[in-house]
Amino acid sequence: MSEEMITVNMTVNGEAVSKTIPVRTHLVDFIRTELGFTGSHLGCEHGVCGACSVRVDGDVVRGCLLLAAQADGCEVLTIEGITDTGEISDLQEKFVERNALQCGYCTPGMLMTAAELLAQKTEMSRDDIREYMSGNYCRCTGYHAIVDAIESINNERLGG
Amino acid sequence: MGFIHPYDRPNSYIGRTLPRSRAKRAVAGRGRYTDDITPPRTLHAAFVRSPYAHAKILNIDVEAAKDASGVKLVMTGSELAEMCTGPWVGTLKVFENMKAEPQHPMAVDRVCWHGEPVVMVIAETRAQAEDAGELVVVEYEELPVVINKETALDPGSPVIHANLGDNKAWEHTLGSGDVDKAFEEADHVLEETFYFGRHTAVSLEPRIVLCEYDKGTEQLTIHTSSQCPHMIETVFAQTLGVPEHNVRIVAPDVGGSFGLKIHTFGDEIAATAAAIQLGRPVKFVADRLESFLSDIHARENRVKAKIGIMNDGTMIAAEIDDLSGVGAYSQYPRTSVFEANQILNISFGPYKHPNYRARAQVVYLNAVPTSQYRAVGHPIGISVGEFMMDWAADVTGLDPFEIRRKNIMEDDSYPRPIGSGIPMKDLSHQACLEKLYGLMAYEDLLSEQTELRKKGIYRGIGVAGFIKGTAPSPVGYYGAGGARIAAQDATTVKLEPSGGVIVALGVTDQGQGVDTVMEQIAAAAIGCSMDHVRAISGDTDATPYGGGTYASRATAIGGEATYQAALDLRREILHMAGILLQADPNELDIVDGHVVNDGSNEPRIPLSEIGRIGHFQLGELPNNYQPVLSHTRRYRLQDSPYIYTNGIHGAYVEVDVDTGWIRHLKHWVVEDCGRIINQQLADEQIRGGCVQGLGGALYEHCIYDDYGQLQNGTMADYVTPMMSEMPDIEIDHIQTPTSESELGAKGAGESGTGAAPGVVMNAVNNAIKPLTDGRVTEQPITPEIVLGALGKI
Ligand code: FES
Ligand code: FES
Repeated sequence: MSEEMITVNMTVNGEAVSKTIPVRTHLVDFIRTELGFTGSHLGCEHGVCGACSVRVDGDVVRGCLLLAAQADGCEVLTIEGITDTGEISDLQEKFVERNALQCGYCTPGMLMTAAELLAQKTEMSRDDIREYMSGNYCRCTGYHAIVDAIESINNERLGG
Repeated sequence: MGFIHPYDRPNSYIGRTLPRSRAKRAVAGRGRYTDDITPPRTLHAAFVRSPYAHAKILNIDVEAAKDASGVKLVMTGSELAEMCTGPWVGTLKVFENMKAEPQHPMAVDRVCWHGEPVVMVIAETRAQAEDAGELVVVEYEELPVVINKETALDPGSPVIHANLGDNKAWEHTLGSGDVDKAFEEADHVLEETFYFGRHTAVSLEPRIVLCEYDKGTEQLTIHTSSQCPHMIETVFAQTLGVPEHNVRIVAPDVGGSFGLKIHTFGDEIAATAAAIQLGRPVKFVADRLESFLSDIHARENRVKAKIGIMNDGTMIAAEIDDLSGVGAYSQYPRTSVFEANQILNISFGPYKHPNYRARAQVVYLNAVPTSQYRAVGHPIGISVGEFMMDWAADVTGLDPFEIRRKNIMEDDSYPRPIGSGIPMKDLSHQACLEKLYGLMAYEDLLSEQTELRKKGIYRGIGVAGFIKGTAPSPVGYYGAGGARIAAQDATTVKLEPSGGVIVALGVTDQGQGVDTVMEQIAAAAIGCSMDHVRAISGDTDATPYGGGTYASRATAIGGEATYQAALDLRREILHMAGILLQADPNELDIVDGHVVNDGSNEPRIPLSEIGRIGHFQLGELPNNYQPVLSHTRRYRLQDSPYIYTNGIHGAYVEVDVDTGWIRHLKHWVVEDCGRIINQQLADEQIRGGCVQGLGGALYEHCIYDDYGQLQNGTMADYVTPMMSEMPDIEIDHIQTPTSESELGAKGAGESGTGAAPGVVMNAVNNAIKPLTDGRVTEQPITPEIVLGALGKI
């Protein structure tokens, strides 16, 4: 049985890419193995842990649940992309300062979701943060420091 | 020389919160985990695993798989066994009478658990390897399954390994005093039975190996997500018959480990054998379902406990009877009986009851092998002991804090043994308890609880004290047990030509911040700036042989080795500076990377000059002096089996008495992990540990059916804690340095996991107390169990 292939075109982290890949390749496998952006991680490949979170046409999605072919024509941003734009540099610095990560495996996905939350620019309680972020699992930190980091950046951004 | 201990110097790095350099790259998505590395021509492994819990393998047909697209190799268990020096036997000499069946890396003629690897397929891509795996036809004949630990020792029970005679792996008893007499004399004797569900580590990054074999140099290089690279080197070399010095293990960034990644797994051996046979890189990543079916599991215990209490609340006797259901084999090389052993060792550990008796029976089951997972045995022993303590408080009319005040060992009473005979020293139960009382504002919580109860809101307050064994010694288990597992650790500290310092560690970093902590220790001991120190860890070719990171040992053991090696280098620098400056080294000091006059801090010569001269301009030194700019020191515990730590947790929960739903509102920890090197890192270890413990206490459970089929092998079905379910965790410390080392650090990585289950169980029982005589005695504490205790179902 020969592998069925498809050609996909999309913009990833600002660069146009065109590749012919097996149709069954999911988006994060595509980004990691074909493009070499290894910042998006795979923790479960069944849509639970959030480690694979990437932004597709402005929305954070689970990159393991989307076939690369489904993102044809889309604008995809990964942690590498939003690092380069500086969009969340304040949050990244706070994560480091507050030690809101240990092994760091969940962190890119965590930051993608947190970026979306912080973009709402509204007052939020610690419970609100916990609720919004609940689709991103972390096995190391116990979450408290992540809530601290997001809360303090939200306060800084609203205050500033 | 007025040498001041680094921790007493002004602005010392010891005790300071500093960020981790690895964190900076991880937040940018530039961490480097094993799966981020793919050398050219890498092949990928997939496994055909047993669909049965117990079956004979009648025939394996791999022909169709071999012809499938992209396939390079199909290997069966017996073919793999021929490449290995022999099966593993998971016993240690210290566990007297322990029995274990030899285990091949992949099943040879019989499968003993659902998920055991049977056939490996190697192909150009993982998808092709999985496709070909589906073409492998294995004929099985089902065998009777042993999955219930309670009946595994019954005379009529099927026996998993006929050679062992029965399903018992080990039985052990220990104790002190006259327990029976004490129970007779006690005013109250309380007895209860507890059940603890089997769970597993669920590191977010699964197990992974990337194996490369160079047929020219005969060198084997394995990148792997491991806590113990040297141990992996030793076991893989021995199992595959490769000389150990030809094996290099590299653990780059490791995406969570928690004890899972101190073990050796058959599928990883198989992938390595394929790389040797094919001469091409082979990568194997466990997918999540495979992780649930093949990563070590832990817990699965039934514990009967009994205590004798006097009317004034004094506990005079305690007894524990544990039944542990381990897996189909004893996990090599650490065994599967440590969990039971630790339960016996530490139960009722904070208390001074004079009579103690404990027994464990460990039985094999047709399930995934169990072994050490964060806080081995402690969650069980602590839950049981602290439950009994609260019950005794109820019976004698004392407050939970009051009964603990009465029974805990006094801070000025050490050294002394606990009931299990294990020696304790440098503990601070009293100081921790009083600090927690204030930290959680206990009296305010009590009044809030009373007020809310009037409104039908049921909140519970829990307290749980603990001891935790950290940093085991080589005389305790592994060394004395005959395993090639190092309990010593080593650090090399060297001065570079630039004056910078490299710290090469036998211990490893999985995100705890070990590298940073060691840099802090070395910088403080030498007297240079942190910017000039860089740690290297996780590469057996670049670091001295050590045990790695397990059992909360990195800072306690590796830290002391680093400290002593750094002091050696400091002495050498001062000696060399004394020669160059014609000064008495005793009158020199090192501050901020400069050799200075002691006392006045007047700069004399920078370390960059020492580095330059020491490496390039040796002619400036006398002929009879060869400076040694690289120092390695080893450290091990001596007579003590562990460095014990202590502490106490508090919890505040709300129970919905209609649905059984538990909301964990707030968690407090007061912990004594000795000298703290970096407080934020210590705090975050404790917080992360707590949440892992809460997961086991509230949600996590590997569920088997009667046929030994694992029922919940996805992260949707096996539930780990989410952010919204977890509370804020407030932490404070008492610091009683261990007298075992000069640095004084104890372990901090596991105690959160050890004590959190007990405190949340106590809090839930405290919440429902006004409504029922029933108590929650089973973990995970599902809503169903709460409703059962409330008498509603
Ligand atoms: S890898 Fe996509 S949600 Fe876990
Ligand atoms: S930091 Fe390890 S999983 Fe979140």
